[in-house]
Amino acid sequence: MRDTTAEDLALARATERRQARSRWLAHAVLGLGVLVFAFPIWITLVGSTHDVNTIGRGDVPLWFGGEAVANYVSAWLTGGAQTRTTLGVPVWLMLWNSLNMAVLIAVGKIAISLLSAYAVVFFSFPGRMVCFWLIFITLMLPVEVRIIPTFEVMVNLQLTNSMAGLVIPLVASATATLLFRQFFLTIPDEYVEAAKIDGAGPLRFFKDVVLPLSVTNIAALFVILFIYGWNQYLWPLLIVSDKDLETVVVGMTKMIGSGDQQNEWNVIMATAVLAMLPPVAVVILMQRWFVKGLTETEK
Amino acid sequence: MRKKVIFNGVALPYLLLLPQLVITAVFFFWPAGQAIYGSFLREDAFGLSRDFVGLENFADILSDPNYLGAVWNTVIFSSAVAFSALGVAIFLAVQADKAIRGSGAYKTLLIWPYAVAPAVAAVLWLFLFHPQIGLLGRFLNGIGIPWDYKVNGNQAMLLVIIAAAWKQVSYNFIFFLAGLQSIPRSVLEAAAIDGARPTRRFWTVIFPLLAPTSFFLLVVNIVYAFFDTFGTIHALTQGGPGQATTTLIYKVYVDGVQNLNFGASAAQSVVLMAIVIALTAVQFRFIERKVHY
Amino acid sequence: MATLTLSAVKKQFGATQVLHGIDLDVADGEMIVVVGASGCGKSTLLRIVAGLETPSSGAVLIDGRDVTRLEPADRDIAMVFQNYALYPHMSVFDNMAYGLRIRGMPTAEIRRRVGEAAEMLEISQLLDRKPRQLSGGQRQRVAMGRAVVREPKLFLFDEPLSNLDAKLRVQMRAEIRRLQKRLGVTSLFVTHDQVEAMTLGDRLVVMHQGRAAQVASPMEVWGTPADTYVAGFIGSPAMNFLAASISDAGRSASLKAGPTLPFADGARAGADGSTITIGIRPEHVEHRPDGADALPLAVELVEPLGSETVIHGRLPGGESLVARLPIAAGHIGETLPVRLPPEAWHVFSAEGVRLPARAAVPA
Repeated sequence: MRDTTAEDLALARATERRQARSRWLAHAVLGLGVLVFAFPIWITLVGSTHDVNTIGRGDVPLWFGGEAVANYVSAWLTGGAQTRTTLGVPVWLMLWNSLNMAVLIAVGKIAISLLSAYAVVFFSFPGRMVCFWLIFITLMLPVEVRIIPTFEVMVNLQLTNSMAGLVIPLVASATATLLFRQFFLTIPDEYVEAAKIDGAGPLRFFKDVVLPLSVTNIAALFVILFIYGWNQYLWPLLIVSDKDLETVVVGMTKMIGSGDQQNEWNVIMATAVLAMLPPVAVVILMQRWFVKGLTETEK
Repeated sequence: MRKKVIFNGVALPYLLLLPQLVITAVFFFWPAGQAIYGSFLREDAFGLSRDFVGLENFADILSDPNYLGAVWNTVIFSSAVAFSALGVAIFLAVQADKAIRGSGAYKTLLIWPYAVAPAVAAVLWLFLFHPQIGLLGRFLNGIGIPWDYKVNGNQAMLLVIIAAAWKQVSYNFIFFLAGLQSIPRSVLEAAAIDGARPTRRFWTVIFPLLAPTSFFLLVVNIVYAFFDTFGTIHALTQGGPGQATTTLIYKVYVDGVQNLNFGASAAQSVVLMAIVIALTAVQFRFIERKVHY
Repeated sequence: MATLTLSAVKKQFGATQVLHGIDLDVADGEMIVVVGASGCGKSTLLRIVAGLETPSSGAVLIDGRDVTRLEPADRDIAMVFQNYALYPHMSVFDNMAYGLRIRGMPTAEIRRRVGEAAEMLEISQLLDRKPRQLSGGQRQRVAMGRAVVREPKLFLFDEPLSNLDAKLRVQMRAEIRRLQKRLGVTSLFVTHDQVEAMTLGDRLVVMHQGRAAQVASPMEVWGTPADTYVAGFIGSPAMNFLAASISDAGRSASLKAGPTLPFADGARAGADGSTITIGIRPEHVEHRPDGADALPLAVELVEPLGSETVIHGRLPGGESLVARLPIAAGHIGETLPVRLPPEAWHVFSAEGVRLPARAAVPA
């Protein structure tokens, strides 16, 4: 038996200091992380509210200016003033194209993956595993790898410069199929037995049981695939030369010319803000589904 | 693994699979086959005929200093992106996993850059590091460091690495956080009772238990750096100055689209396919073995 | 070897008060079992002793030394977790050696200690295995071994047996008891299982809604429960509670079920007519075929257990009563004559607190 000594008291104080330091460190690190992550966005956001000369001179401000309305209106309606080298495509049209592309890719991927995963899991038919492996192998053929021959296929099929050409080749997805397969395998056999006893056929079972059970997975996947579609770059760059089909991510980078002085930086910055707003909003508003979708499709 | 109870029928499942299989065949296997086939052909100078040349295309690209330069750039670029994005992410995740006030808000604020397109991320960093209009670019020049990524190849490489890694940190952060949260709380408490201080706890318990996550992420990050960063490079440096930031994927694009060098581009595609297949195989091997558990 | 003292330990999580001020003195080498239903605060109490939680107020003293603000590492304690919490990436040997290595013990000494502990727990042949290659019982032994090698001042057990199957649980229970006695290490054992509590503890702390309802030896808790909660919690089947009122100037109780009977151990304080509760354990209910002092029990359910029979029935007035009779008796629908012997009564006030007999009955 011994009493609490001065040594113990010092230890207790040191412990408290250490714990406080650990908390302080966490806040400092995370705060710094948040700042580093937000800083480029902040600069862009601020830049999009100043006039072109302020930015062009290099006097990069740290606080908002008064040109926000003018810049965004100019970007939205015309894609920038006509006096400088611009793409000449209004941002609203590019956003509309991006939205179409992203939604069509997401919906298309989900639809065909649901169907094929359903076929692979709930049926037994000759060539089942072959079909599964054919789909699985596509994991190893990202579009970037086979870009030139795929482009030639598009030319042969006369699908360049069309929304169909933008979307359809990106719609096949091994990841989505694998996710749904994984999920379908967890649906208890008893459900199928019950459906059979009730006299429900496979299509009815799909509509009444499988689809409703898959709602969360579909939502989670939609978030991921929407972002995937919105952020496509190489494919639209290659397949679209028609300005009416320009997507915003590609269009924005095209607005940056090689001769720096002529760039209408304020409008480009406004366009950059508009280009990242939709996917960022989707991630923040649907954070739970987003994290679920991400961690489950990849594992 | 398969279900015991299944539906009968042959026509219906094929019908259900049809859309996926058609798209896969037309847009995946046909072009992949074309690439393999094309890698053995060479177009004459006028683009009139293609002759079978065996492995000459491969021999050519492997002896082309530009191609070997691109290989080297890719190695530097992907390892720098992967390791910095992983390192920063694990550090942030460990801090965010602590029970501190506002950790939820921190998480949200660290997650969202995932949604920013690689090309947009590149432009954001361009705004910062542009030698004339960029805040940091001007600052560097102001304090006497000559900064111009359009002239200096190393600076260009650094900039694309930053822009590419910046975006990938969010992705890694999400997975590390999930990995940390899947470590049983009681195991960490046991370590605390055994006398391990936080730093030691991290290196002897947390880090080894995150090994499967880390390995999985390493592969994903390498794949990202190889293929998904085309937009970053295209928007920032277009492979330049010179060839300083031309990675393998960028070179396929340059040779195929700009130089219209059909055979070389096809051979490069085949090499890239081999790399993806190898990476995927390694990844699946490890996931099956489930390091440790 | 050490003592453990808790004084007025309180814990709040947000607005919820989980512990309302726990006082406890644990003697050197004593095994204290903290028992209670889930949510009673017993695990929180253990975690506060371990240093995994900080109390909102109050103090924890180990060996007279105030450790309230210290981290687990500085308390010289060892803990066995419910899910064992073995390090999955380390071998059994490394699991046991980890704490010793951190303390910078020489390798030879580590080998000796781990070897001895492994011998004692009969896991010597498992030292090279990883936890995932072990059965539940073996993991349990490794977790014990990890605690034993540390030779700590205090063992903490957090429901360590609840993940084992019934047979193994009985075996490990006996083993833990033997080990603790042999090593003589002061121990705190948390469980929700009353049998575990009764068989393991030198003393029990029965927790209820963040308070220590009773701190006493197992037989005391069983024989003189401090309140109706403790009375109902310890013992199986649970004690019967019957409504009654004081009569005859505190000398008798009028049962709602009918008779007025004198207290066997002396008068109670309280005005005649005031409400009390009479508790009687099922095994103390007597079958009286001769009908003397008997009440009619309308049998509703019969559970023959071989050596005895548990009968669920209803008394006149509608109160239910469970009787454990050493004979095969009763059919559903039958009326069984039973006696509620006053010498086996537990008398509780309307608030549920034990009403002891007054020492001397004033004339």
